[in-house]
Order: sequence, then C-alpha cells, then structure tokens
Amino acid sequence: MKLPAGWPPLPEAERPDPVDGNTVAALAERLGLVSQGRLGRALAIRHVNTGSCNGCELEARAITGVLYDLTRFGLRFVDSPLHADVLLVTGPLTRNLRLALEQAWDATPEPKWVVAIGDCAVDGGVFRGSYAVMDGTASAIPVDLTISGCPPSPARILSGLRALLEASSLDRPN
Amino acid sequence: MNRAAEIVKGAPTADCRPWPRHILSIDQWAELAREPLMLLAAWADTGQVHALYRDGAAVLPVSIEPDAAFYPALSPFHPSAKLFERTIRDLWGHMAAGGDDGAWLDHGHWPHSRPLSIRPGPRPPTAEPPEFLPVEDDRLMQWPIGPVGPGIAEASHLRLTLDGSRIVRAESRLGYTHKGVLTLMRSKSPRIAARFAARLAGDATVAHSIAFARATEAASSVEAPPRASALRTLMLYLERIATNLDDLGVVAGMAGSAEAQGRCGVRQEYLRRGLAATFGHRLMMDVVVPGGVSADADAIGLSAMRQVLGGVQAEVPVLDVLFGTGTLAARLTGLGAGAAGDAPRRCQARLDAVYRDTESAIALLLDLPEGPLSVALPPESGEGIGWAPSARGDIWHWLRLDHGQIAAVFPCDPGWELWPLAEVVLAGQEAGDAALICASFGLPVSGMDL
Repeated sequence: MKLPAGWPPLPEAERPDPVDGNTVAALAERLGLVSQGRLGRALAIRHVNTGSCNGCELEARAITGVLYDLTRFGLRFVDSPLHADVLLVTGPLTRNLRLALEQAWDATPEPKWVVAIGDCAVDGGVFRGSYAVMDGTASAIPVDLTISGCPPSPARILSGLRALLEASSLDRPN
Repeated sequence: MNRAAEIVKGAPTADCRPWPRHILSIDQWAELAREPLMLLAAWADTGQVHALYRDGAAVLPVSIEPDAAFYPALSPFHPSAKLFERTIRDLWGHMAAGGDDGAWLDHGHWPHSRPLSIRPGPRPPTAEPPEFLPVEDDRLMQWPIGPVGPGIAEASHLRLTLDGSRIVRAESRLGYTHKGVLTLMRSKSPRIAARFAARLAGDATVAHSIAFARATEAASSVEAPPRASALRTLMLYLERIATNLDDLGVVAGMAGSAEAQGRCGVRQEYLRRGLAATFGHRLMMDVVVPGGVSADADAIGLSAMRQVLGGVQAEVPVLDVLFGTGTLAARLTGLGAGAAGDAPRRCQARLDAVYRDTESAIALLLDLPEGPLSVALPPESGEGIGWAPSARGDIWHWLRLDHGQIAAVFPCDPGWELWPLAEVVLAGQEAGDAALICASFGLPVSGMDL
C-alpha cells in the first residue's frame, strides 16, 4: 500500500514477517504424519434432545466433567447446530420434537454426522409403539452411529465419539 | 372436625388407600376449591376428574363427574391448577368451565386428539404453533429459547418478553417430550408398568419408582418387607445426593466456577460408580419394583458405598466455602429472588440436603434389617396413592388396579409446581441471567410431560 507523503509509517506489528520455509520443513519432519493427523482434528458436538427422560443427559454431561474430559480428545459441545459437526441425539423422538430435530439437522453444515445415544434414540426403547413417539432418530434423519444402553455409561458414550473421531480423520489427507 | 372434612362429609367414597376418595357434587367441589388448602395435583380418568388436596397433615383425594364434558375449574382459586386443567383437556377431553382451555401437551402432531378418552377425537387438520400472550408495546421484543436450547439439557420452550435487557414476562411451553406414558402403562401389570414409572425422570427414577410401588402396594393391600423398604430409603438418599450434586455442578459451571463444577462432578461420578457396583445400575433404574426391590446390596458394595459417602461428606465444607464466598457467590447473589428465596439460597438448601442425606444414608447402611426382598402382588382390584420426596420436591402417584392390571394411573412430578414459580421469579430479572436462574430451580421436564 502506498502511503500519502508525510504519513506516519504503519506500526511494526501489523507487518507480518513471511513464514520461514526452513522452519516449516523442519517442523513437519519432526511432527511426522501421525502427529499431524492427531493435531489437525476436532469435532464440535451439538446435543439435541428428542424427548429423553434426562437419564442420557445426565451421562452425557458427565463426559464434559474432569474425570472423562472430552476436550483432551479434540471433542467439545457447542451451543448451536450452525457450529456443529456432530448431532448427539437422545430420546425416542417424540412427534412434538420431530420438526425441531429436522431443523437442527438442516442447520448443521456438511459434512455432518449423527450419533443416536440410548435405547430410546436407537429404536424408541420402552416407548416404542406409543402414539406420541416416532421410534428413534433414524425415522427422521440418517444416523451414522448408535450407542445403546438405558442410559449408556459415560465411558461408552466417550468411546463411541472417539471412534467417530478416528473414522472421520481416516478420510482426511494428511 | 375441620372445614374441608365438613364439606366432603356425606359424599360417596371410593375405597382408595390409604386415603378414601370422595366423589363430590358440583357444589361441594366448588366449595372445597374456595378453602385455603394446598392443591397437590389434578388429573382425570375416562369418567371423572380428580384433585388431590393437602389439608394440614391429611391428604384429601376428591373427584367430580363432568357434566357434558365440563367441570368447574380450580384455577381461579388455585393458580397452580392451570397446567393440570390444560393437560386434562389434552389427554382426557374434560373441559374446565371458567378455567384455561389452551393446549399444553397436544401440539397437533399426534394421530388423534384426547388419547386417553373413551372415544379419541380426530387429528387436528394442521399443527398449531405454540401460543403466547400478545405483545402490545412495540418497545418490547420477544426472545424464544428452545426446544433445542443451549447446553446438554431437557427440551422445553421459554418465551421471554424483554424491555431492553429486562424480562417483563416469562412464559413456558412444555409438552415437547410427551411420550404417551399413561397410555403405555394402562392395562399392564404393575411389574411391567414400573419400567415406565422408572423412566418418567432419569434423575428422579428411584423417587418415581418408590411412589409408584407404594401406590401399587396400597391398592393391593400388601407391604414391602422391612429390608426392601430400608433399601428403598437408602437408594432415595443416594439419588437425591447425586441429583443435588448434578444441579449444583450445572449452576457452578454456568456461573463460571470451574472448581466447584469439577468438585461436584467428581463426587457425583464416584457415587454413580458406587451405585453401579452396589445395585447394578448407575442411576438405580428398575431396582425398586412393586412389592419390594429387585437387587440386594452385599457387604462389599455397602462398604464401598460407605467410602464414597465419606468423600461426599468431606467435600461439603469445601463446596460451602465455594458457593458462599468469592466469584460464585458474587455471581449468584440477588438472582431470581422471590417467594422461593433466591439463587444462593436455593444452592445452599441443596448443599444442606446433600449433607443431611449423606449422614442419613451412612447411618442407614450400617443398620440394614435382614430378610426377604419382595412380596408377591395378588391380582386384585383396588385403588391407591403413593408418595416419595425427590431432590426437587414431592412426587405423588395415584393408580387403580383392575384384577391386577392397571386401569388408570397418574404420576405427579414436582415440575408442575416449579415451572409456574420460575415464570413468576424470572419477571423483572436480566435476560442474561435467565438460564442461570432456571438452573437454580433445576426445572424438570420429562416427568411432567408424561
């Protein structure tokens, strides 16, 4: 940019130095392909309740706590489907929440994955066949992974999400 | 004889145990509504509308037969009856004359309306969007929150009317998680229906299961054996400790205290691992059954539980300091003040309850009576009411058995009482504090969505 005559020069900090090519090459060598794969991945998760009894929420909240600490794997919960890679669905999918689930799914940008946790989300669980439920997440949106249990333990939820993380990084060029 | 007893005197009664149910005339029903009693619940079955009052220490179930589908509304005298009346309309089709006739559970998506009435109605032609009070002033704006709301929480809708950042009015709309539980429980044996009672509210599964089991036992005139009844009480204490720790952790996290949140989370998690080791399930689902309990606690499990509870006991003074001083107290002070105290007081009450329940649980597990775990339920007809105190308030179950099968049932969750209270408390507060205030109430959803 050409500054007018007499104009004070731009402050130093705003003129970024070019990245040193040698440093990049040396770093890439040191980190290796495996580490690159590890460091370069993360999944943002949005929870969608489709009529759960709050049991699955209790266990899903536990994986955010200090004992399971999902953030060390690159997983984190976000507040909006717009920011999410994964929809974590609980509940048998009540008819009153079908529209909300479809809207959340539509709002989630591609590529996206759906994880149905708990027996209810898998196929309706004990509520299967009721006039008020749709018998599971898959009756409204495509499901990529199911984690059964009533409710599934935090360890099972976490290992399911980590499996998704592994799988999603496989098809990524390193 | 007190006023209420005088009013119902002479009315025919149904043999509901332990409290007989009076079937009132319209005049008696209306007169009783004007009395300063506490309304615990209102519900219906195909032919009658029921109300459960508390009169001092006594509990008074009463009923009325609707006249051409109408019965006199209770909500003009008991504001808390409003949501019950809307539910009775949606599920059974009885209309409260002079009451609120808005939809509540029925959002127009079910295959038919009035699913619990003798003749369910047709499905409405179009789904109705939830209705809220109109906003007259164009300075005001509305902020809709939910049903897919922030955090890992239950599905509900809160509509805040704002003047700037101040909440002028808070309206809740529930029913999103309605699963048709009452229909699923009907014409099943109590042992099978107990699985639904245990899944009304995951964080109060023991309390709901106990209330349901007691109602069944009252209706069948049997009593759970002493060891079963002691184990139930122990499990109730343990569930309340876990739920209160969970609620406190959520509040601490929202209020920005990672330390308090972490501490609550760790203690809750150790407790749940202990519960899995002792009772075979981290939430103790399906352990309390009508007639007794389905799992025994062995000496190893109990001694592990004793250790876990010791840890909780040692944590309470630390949490006391964290919630009572510093940033957490500063964030909570003055929030959500109202008839039910304010946010710090609600947290303090939870912490006190954790301490008390821990002491009681330790005393009880050192002194469990020996003996059988359950009794058989005779396939008889009868009617009963059961009760259990959950972490969030009292839970009441009513049911009628027909030759050992459930003819009609209604479980009353503390949510019915808490949501209207939260609406009142939210008015006048800052919009940015709404989520924290709601968390301080620990508002349950699924249990009252049925």
